[in-house]
Amino acid sequence: MSLSAYISGLGVLGPGLSNWSDTAVILCGRQGYQPAPTVLPMPTILPAAERRRTGRVVKLTLAVALEATLQAGENPSELASVFSSSGADGQNCHELCQALSLPGREISPTRFANSVHNAASGYWSIATGATPQSNVLCAFDASFCAGLLEALTQVAVDGRPVLLVAYDSEYPQPLHAKRPIPDVFGVAMVLTPQRRENSLARLGAALTDATHDRLTDPQLETLRAAIPAARSLPLLRLLAMHVGGTAVLEYLDVSRVEVRVEPCQ
Amino acid sequence: MRPLLLKKFTATSCIGVGVAATLESLLEQRSGLSICAFETVDIDTHVGEVAGVDGERLPANLRKFDCRNNRLAELALRQDGFFESVERAAQRWGRARVGVFLGTSTAGILQTELAYRARDSVSGALPPSFEYASTHNSFSVADYIRQRCRLEGPAAAVSCACASSAKVFGSARRMIEAGLIDAAVVGGVDSLCLTTLYGFHSLQLSSPAPCRPFDVARDGISIGEAAAFALLERVPENVAGDSVLLLGIGESSDAYHMSAPHPEGLGARRAMQAALAAAELEPGDIDYINLHGTGTPSNDRSESQAVTSLFGPTTPCSSTKGATGHTLGAAGALEAVISSLSLQHGLMPGGVHTTRIDPTLTAHYIRDNRRGPVTRVLSNSFGFGGANCSLIFGRAG
Repeated sequence: MSLSAYISGLGVLGPGLSNWSDTAVILCGRQGYQPAPTVLPMPTILPAAERRRTGRVVKLTLAVALEATLQAGENPSELASVFSSSGADGQNCHELCQALSLPGREISPTRFANSVHNAASGYWSIATGATPQSNVLCAFDASFCAGLLEALTQVAVDGRPVLLVAYDSEYPQPLHAKRPIPDVFGVAMVLTPQRRENSLARLGAALTDATHDRLTDPQLETLRAAIPAARSLPLLRLLAMHVGGTAVLEYLDVSRVEVRVEPCQ
Repeated sequence: MRPLLLKKFTATSCIGVGVAATLESLLEQRSGLSICAFETVDIDTHVGEVAGVDGERLPANLRKFDCRNNRLAELALRQDGFFESVERAAQRWGRARVGVFLGTSTAGILQTELAYRARDSVSGALPPSFEYASTHNSFSVADYIRQRCRLEGPAAAVSCACASSAKVFGSARRMIEAGLIDAAVVGGVDSLCLTTLYGFHSLQLSSPAPCRPFDVARDGISIGEAAAFALLERVPENVAGDSVLLLGIGESSDAYHMSAPHPEGLGARRAMQAALAAAELEPGDIDYINLHGTGTPSNDRSESQAVTSLFGPTTPCSSTKGATGHTLGAAGALEAVISSLSLQHGLMPGGVHTTRIDPTLTAHYIRDNRRGPVTRVLSNSFGFGGANCSLIFGRAG
């Protein structure tokens, strides 16, 4: 059984990766990869009151989702979405656990509201006025493929475009020692049922027992292995190179996801 | 949409372990809420705590999953022959053809809260015994059920706050419809923890009294815990008349506020409309609405407006949260099971603890149980972040 969709917009932001076009240049080997802390833009799209309340993951997800929707020429307010993340906002989670471990147990109501796994999805819909459904998933290290499968089934079954946003963030210590995600990383894709003028490629996905792909550049491979959302990199590499082929992505312990890429141009 | 069969379902909450006890409590209009004595929590509130969770033991090979949330999941999984039904589905369809989609809002974060109190006094490190992936991470409960039932199909936790375990029906339905799987274990598990107890308290959204949805004096929620599961499959040709079918799902986003509903319930209305459209039904086809009905002044007002605008003032509706408490990420699945019991036993459960219905709320809220044929039920679940999901269940015959 294979699921298919056209990919009509991409956004990427991560350590040493500032947007999709810069990432594409690096992934197809035309420029070396220089790891550097992720630089997050100010989310000017949010109303000032909301902007003050947001943390790193909201800045991250707004940036990649806007990049992808702009590239796809989609109106964000009409797009259904899928957000997938292993741990959502690590810093916020730490602050709450820290406050709850102190005698007064006084926690900030804003921090609590932001602690929900779907906070990024909520801020996205508030920022863009998006009222269609938004589903929010977690599958630990398998979160990217879980989100991809959910998004592809939405395209296939509901027959309409879907925005997929997969992202992760770092925990500060002491949680960092237990879940050592080094930095924030996000990838967004607009997936459409029909081919568009700006479609990059047709994707076909299926579960497989095959071994997953690795990246040849050791530093990119380190990134892929360190951040769940970065497990998308072998797929992004094929898209960057504008070549047909198959990327096998890490998913659950018992299965991988094989994505066939057929470029449109 | 093509309907799906709830081949088996079960629920465990403060009103009962398993469906027989749950039904009995509903018939007797019994509430499971009691004064909060959970852990070291020092808040004047009521909770719906499930008795006996601490005594649960996970199988030896899955010990790393040990936490309150997974103990509650294990307790619920063993009720009503649910585990055995999943095993039969795995044998029939193949282990890779059965998916797992479970809703949770906080999973086993209680473990992390406890671990932060036990940090090393010098290094600040968490205790070596603390397991992040299999307790704290939102996926832990889906991964536990997946490994416990030895399933190998697609799996994910859905975490959309209090709409989580209603939305799982959507994920599973799309996977089945797309042909990736033939059956799915769906449900929700959320357990008491300090984050939600102190969190809702900080937002002044929890009541000191047992919650009173739709009451004129309602003043907040009572937090509960629950685990509820359903095994979803395509509807076979021959199906018993009292079987429960999932007929429609509708989802929407408020795009309004992180922790407050749209004042006129526009998002809620869109979700209910979408569910009716998916089921190809009219508002008049719904016999009873199991409300989200949390018991906060703004939530109930917003939902009442949404319901009335779509169904008018006569469709009977109630919230079962006065009995069970608000079980957060498990509420959608728990209330899906209650809706199923409503269909099978001809019961519209009256809302417990509500003594004087707010006269400004126009929805037809019922306080007393009603008996009689119930053919179709709509169940609402709404969450922080403006996540809305409505489900429609119906009898097969």
